[in-house]
Amino acid sequence: MIGVVALQGSFAKHAHSLGSIGVTCRAVRSEADLKSIDGLVLPGGESTTMTTLLQNEGLWEPLNATLETMPVFGTCAGAILLGQQVDDDRVKCFDKIQYKAVRNAYGRQIESFTTSLILPKLNYHDFHAVFIRAPKFENIQQGVDSLAVYGPEHVLLRQDHVLAASFHPELTDDATIHKYFVDEIVLKYR
Amino acid sequence: MAKNLFEVKTGLAEMLKGGVIMDVTTPGEASIAEKAGAVAVMALERIPADIRRDGGIARASDPQMIKDIQESVSIPVMAKCRIGHFAEAQVLEALEVDYIDESEVLTPADEANHIWKHDFKTPFVCGATNLAEALRRIGEGAALIRTKGEPGTGNIVEAVRHMRTIVMEMSHLSTLRGDELMAVAKEMGAPFHLVAQIAETGKLPVPNFSAGGIATPADASLVMQLGAESIFVGSGIFKSEDPAMRAKAIVQAATFFDDPKKLAEISTGLGAAMKGLDMSEISPEDRMQDRGW
Repeated sequence: MIGVVALQGSFAKHAHSLGSIGVTCRAVRSEADLKSIDGLVLPGGESTTMTTLLQNEGLWEPLNATLETMPVFGTCAGAILLGQQVDDDRVKCFDKIQYKAVRNAYGRQIESFTTSLILPKLNYHDFHAVFIRAPKFENIQQGVDSLAVYGPEHVLLRQDHVLAASFHPELTDDATIHKYFVDEIVLKYR
Repeated sequence: MAKNLFEVKTGLAEMLKGGVIMDVTTPGEASIAEKAGAVAVMALERIPADIRRDGGIARASDPQMIKDIQESVSIPVMAKCRIGHFAEAQVLEALEVDYIDESEVLTPADEANHIWKHDFKTPFVCGATNLAEALRRIGEGAALIRTKGEPGTGNIVEAVRHMRTIVMEMSHLSTLRGDELMAVAKEMGAPFHLVAQIAETGKLPVPNFSAGGIATPADASLVMQLGAESIFVGSGIFKSEDPAMRAKAIVQAATFFDDPKKLAEISTGLGAAMKGLDMSEISPEDRMQDRGW
């Protein structure tokens, strides 16, 4: 059972991707929803909105404690929240993977794009990646493993039980990265 | 790398789901909206209630005002152009707004044609009162549909009518046989390929939001339970007694729309909502929802 944080954003798309590989999901909107799950997804959306809602709902602290050991996959806004630092004090970070996120680093919506990625460690070519007002990851520390690059940017990163993408695998029908998260992180860490 | 792709346009709308997009007229209001948890703001010179009160021609906003709002917040900034006014839309694209609303709130510039939205890299949102209208806009390139409702009234009745109509018409299409679809598309005046797509999937190929008259957390819950995936709030926040508190409450309502206990908590002690207008107080020529087709 994977918990998908469902306060705002692309949570339904993540549940769809996980469902397509036979994984059941639960929407996480309160502390009680964190009980007896095996992994978590922090979806795409607006990181300022998510920060506000997580704090207003008293979900920040329990989630922060859970994320110490719980396998987690964050995309875009979710990846920003999982980082060590962010370039914007309107957003708070869980500090679970060692990089600094720079918000909207490619520009506004008019600079959003799609591209094809190679995922060498997943032995996979041609992953169709959708970047929406995407962040960039800077000051990436040792111990953080890069699973995909786009030009000079690392766009899919992993540190132990934490997986973070600056793009949106949940917006496509290709569940390769979700499957990697479940097989290589959730099943091995629980 | 490809940029002018429909999935990039609808992709941003996907990120706005379960959220609230708020009309703002100043950087100060934009900051209040962002702090309350808005997923985006709509930058415009006057909110719909004031446009309705003032009369005259309502046009796209001064670029300076849009730039000031873009400077003041980190969430997406949308802006409105007049129906059919593709030159205003080109200006908004040059300003790099994140979404363009081809909106009935402004005075229409073209009574025959809407903008050919496929020509733009910037995604468009358009209003609709029924499914055929929604499909015509999607055919022209809209990446997001919202109900028109009746803007600036604080009266939810028209948004409810439009959302129910769109949802009911979609479920009707999904009951039809393939050989009935062309006749229905002809009758609806909607693109056949989109009619056929709805008949198969039962839902719009773009996200479906609600706008026009939302004033309370329960209003937000109502339209979301009827099928809206996010909401636009125009006059409802900054025409209320305590905008910051109401903004925060409506943001929470968009998340907990199906949790009545939580909604009771959220709705408590918000001060007065905007006064609002009954539909009978609006003369036919002042109905904004009848602008465009």
